[in-house]
Amino acid sequence: MGLFDRFKSVSDAYTNLKTCGGDPFGVKMERVLSTTEALIEGRPTILCGTNNYLGLTFDADCMNAAQQAITDFGTGTTGSRIANGSYGCHKALEQDLADFYGKKHCMVFTTGYQANLGAISTLAGPNDFLIIDADSHASIYDACRLGSATVIRFKHNDPADLDKRLSRIANEPGNKIIVVEGIYSMLGDHAPLKEFVEVKKKHGAYLLVDEAHSMGVLGATGRGLLEHDGVDADVDFVTGTFSKSMGAIGGYLVSDHPDFDILRVACRPYMFTASLPPSIVGSVRQALATLRAKPELMKKLWSNVDTLYDGLKAAGFKLGQQKGPVVAVYLTDPKLAGVAWHMLLQRGVYVNLALPPATPSGTALLRCSVCAAHSTEQLQKVVDALTAVGEELGLIGGGNLRVAAAE
Amino acid sequence: MVEAQQQSSLESIFAEIALMMDRFRKSDAPITMDTDIAQDLNMDSLAVMDLMMELEDKFDVSIPLNMVPEIVTVGQLAQTVYDSKKVA
Repeated sequence: MGLFDRFKSVSDAYTNLKTCGGDPFGVKMERVLSTTEALIEGRPTILCGTNNYLGLTFDADCMNAAQQAITDFGTGTTGSRIANGSYGCHKALEQDLADFYGKKHCMVFTTGYQANLGAISTLAGPNDFLIIDADSHASIYDACRLGSATVIRFKHNDPADLDKRLSRIANEPGNKIIVVEGIYSMLGDHAPLKEFVEVKKKHGAYLLVDEAHSMGVLGATGRGLLEHDGVDADVDFVTGTFSKSMGAIGGYLVSDHPDFDILRVACRPYMFTASLPPSIVGSVRQALATLRAKPELMKKLWSNVDTLYDGLKAAGFKLGQQKGPVVAVYLTDPKLAGVAWHMLLQRGVYVNLALPPATPSGTALLRCSVCAAHSTEQLQKVVDALTAVGEELGLIGGGNLRVAAAE
Repeated sequence: MVEAQQQSSLESIFAEIALMMDRFRKSDAPITMDTDIAQDLNMDSLAVMDLMMELEDKFDVSIPLNMVPEIVTVGQLAQTVYDSKKVA
């Protein structure tokens, strides 16, 4: 058997997908023209699939902070925090985040993926239990595989189901850690966090919330779902990323746990990788300061969400149920979804094509994400393009019955 | 006698699983104890995890995800459920 033979089914599916006329997993942005526009296949294209929720990637203050950090600290750290030392800016960023969350401790990771990988695999030991939402991000599943805990999966966003599964292991002596996400990246729905907190308390479990898509998006000051639902004090661990609303890359873990700092010498995805480069730390510190100083950014984001969500809803598309900056357009047929995706690209609109098994329940999605920097005109163009494509393919209008019948 | 009881119990679990698999499998191959879940029934890892979740509820047991990589055949799946019940 050849080395790559086991990828045959993946390879066949990918080849099949490319018959839509484009390559959904190989999009090249030749130039990035602005926060919301790039040159793709030579065409200026509206970016509506970037996770750039606050639109800070070209923010002048953030870019200046990154440039200043390069001048002060150089281009890279060339090593890990424990082996090669932390820079003052790493410590300052951790202090900023702890302060932002009102928690005692924070450690930053080189990516959001590594934050989940490190936190979840290290917090739960061999005799402990991880109880994870069925629709968890790949980084959570991979963390479970890296760690040594017993892993139980509960039905997506279902507190009663979580309660039932925790009851089955009630007599087991190990610690139980529940893992949920603030906003789920594919359908854009929130975890019912208040109810999860009740279940957590009932069973004496710990609760970790991944706020990757909800930090800078939800809550009065942008702390995420825990702030939105008023349960800050009941969430034991928060992970998140700098690659979405913060416009850069990196991840974090915050907590009030008194023994938190031991993780720095126990958590392998923190210990055995190079630390964040100074430019990133600089821009992220500024992005966080900007989020705190300019609440109007989140207001603009949510008014843009209304424009896109309401526009697509009025056009007749079936959307993810919870309104937010991730707007999932349901298309039942993966093949047709690929064709629609490519037609949109040709019309100068970039969204994400999401297919099973990355999507829940075998659905195909055109996943749009809204940015505070989108103009109303841009979002109207996205709605118009999707509507035109939807009508041409019979997904809406006369074809509405088809979507309804599949529900 | 004990062995016979175990046998029938394992058999009944297998029968339940075969019935439940109808909703998850993507091939019409007949299901026996030796049927390979991924190869013969064309079920991906997500479908296997979803099936396991339903089995947990059906038999009121916990089947950790950690066991998924070791379960290749329907017979092994039935044995896993059977062992979980015994512990519970």
